[in-house]
Amino acid sequence: MQNLTINDAIGQAIAEEMRRDPSVMMFGEGVATKRHELLNEFGARRIRNTPLAEGIIAGAAVGASTMGMRPVIDLLFAPFMTLAMDELVNSAGKLRYMSGGQFRFPLVAMAMTGTGWTVGAQHNHNLEAWFVHSPGLKVVMPSTAADFKGLMKSAIRDDNPVLFFIEMAMAYETGEVPEGEHLVPLGKAAVRRAGNDLTLISYGKSMRACETAASQLAEKGVFAEVIDLRSLKPLDEDAILASARKTGRVVVVHEANRMCGVGAEIAAILAEKAFDSLKAPVLRITSPDVPAPSSYPLELAFAPQADAIVAAAESLLAPTAMTSRPVLTANAG
Amino acid sequence: MNEALEPVALRAMLESMLLIRAYEEKAAAMQASGQAAGTCTSVGQEAAAVGVVAALGADDLILTNHRSAGHLLARGADPARLYAEVLGKSTGYCKGKSGSLHISAKELGVVLTSTIVGAELSLAAGVGLAASMQERDSVVACFFGDGAACEGSFHESLNLAAVWKLPILYVCENNQWQAFVHRRETMPMDQVSTWAAAHGMPVATVDGNDVEAVYRAAREGIAHIRATGEPYFLETYTYRQRGHYEPDDQGYVDKAELAAWLARDPIDRLQQNKQFSVVEIQTIQKRVAERIEAAWATAVAAPYPTHADLTADVYA
Repeated sequence: MQNLTINDAIGQAIAEEMRRDPSVMMFGEGVATKRHELLNEFGARRIRNTPLAEGIIAGAAVGASTMGMRPVIDLLFAPFMTLAMDELVNSAGKLRYMSGGQFRFPLVAMAMTGTGWTVGAQHNHNLEAWFVHSPGLKVVMPSTAADFKGLMKSAIRDDNPVLFFIEMAMAYETGEVPEGEHLVPLGKAAVRRAGNDLTLISYGKSMRACETAASQLAEKGVFAEVIDLRSLKPLDEDAILASARKTGRVVVVHEANRMCGVGAEIAAILAEKAFDSLKAPVLRITSPDVPAPSSYPLELAFAPQADAIVAAAESLLAPTAMTSRPVLTANAG
Repeated sequence: MNEALEPVALRAMLESMLLIRAYEEKAAAMQASGQAAGTCTSVGQEAAAVGVVAALGADDLILTNHRSAGHLLARGADPARLYAEVLGKSTGYCKGKSGSLHISAKELGVVLTSTIVGAELSLAAGVGLAASMQERDSVVACFFGDGAACEGSFHESLNLAAVWKLPILYVCENNQWQAFVHRRETMPMDQVSTWAAAHGMPVATVDGNDVEAVYRAAREGIAHIRATGEPYFLETYTYRQRGHYEPDDQGYVDKAELAAWLARDPIDRLQQNKQFSVVEIQTIQKRVAERIEAAWATAVAAPYPTHADLTADVYA
């Protein structure tokens, strides 16, 4: 084990894959400037800066990937992906299907998002569900340094386009990372904490709020199972259903906006496939339907916090949970 | 570069242009009679397609757009498989998943066809990047129109190709029409090459209705790319004789302008070339007509995809 920042764990994953496979390359805004260790090792042909033009960065990745390269691109901040939506959604996501399977797009598109840096709504927008909603794409959003490495390596090896979201507030935090070959499969959730009383399902930075909430609940004698989705597409339905059938009570937590977010999909899956197991309504703790604020106190009000998760959990465990659905405030959903 | 082309080469170009014309007119007629969905035809632009494709080598690649039949047929596509795609049949190049608008044929080197105007420019940069990274000798020919030149991706693509020295032959088929809007309403000048020159690459604008001129200009551009590895911009100045799609009554088209361009029809001009006898032309026309009728019949008889195909080929 080694202790690395998440940013370095990502860099290590890319370096290992570039050593292993000469078709892997990386380009994007400031890539060669910021990742000079990659530039030094692999040279300016494989590690490239680009113009500040997200559309052509993504277009170059789509075109190169179908001709045998495995590009990793850095689009910096998720809201700027709106300038690459045609390339990512219409081309990478659809042209395999529309061509009858003639093409494949082994590319990874990275972007940062999330509260914590007070950057405001044009640098912070958790739009991961947009891509989950688009056929042909895969979406990951890890929460631990080890997973950032392991999922990046798997994403690079995958033959499909993978959107790789990074919580900017976590990018320079350290965590334990296995050395060498460490692969985390796409589409597999992780059970971070086992429990029988209820299930907290989350991903990204909101995982922390869930683990804090689970600790607080444990002190009160309530044992929450905590599931880290890690991959949003493919979604690990088996893990979600197994835990829901065990506990019968589920709270889904994410920083992305509430309506049509990943939490809505999970609630729908549970209603369709685990209805008989549910002892209470599925609750969502999400940001409200507002653009991400910049002011730090507003960021805290916007993003899910542990106290709201604890309150939601306790409301589900109350004897009246099935008949008296709790009404949660913006912060709590 | 101005020596006369070999008669056999010119004859092949004429046959290719006649095949494209007959293919498109059949597609339009089948739409009009309710036997096929609408298509975007390239009638009037045959010389622009044939002249460029004739100058490409076997390892070169093509990106095209919604008005693609000319590029595909010039590259040797089977009209029966193209019609199958128009009809949504499983024998199409894309197993019936494309329709007429986005036909790719990787086996012919026609890759990543997109109908999102401007996407071909964005994707061509990546295809060129791969050719460059893999040190292949391939030239990437990217066909687009004056409409796509008004998209941001045009400038992003040309800029990246110039900065990264990508082996791309940009072929702007300036057909004067951007869907239902004339180019003069959307651009301050007549030629797209003015914009391209500003990106620091060599450019040429050529009479797009003169197949020999197009061929020579393309050959020159391709030679430049092979010698330098850097992009080249070729504008074929031509005219979209039919509407944006079928059906389209072209009520918005200036009749005098259309008549002037019809008088410069690329196929008529080539047929007037003294090298071809009347009998020779009639023989080619008959062969082409038979081929198109047979292709249509083959496509009509072909099976549709099955329901199982609905969910196939989403992920690799």
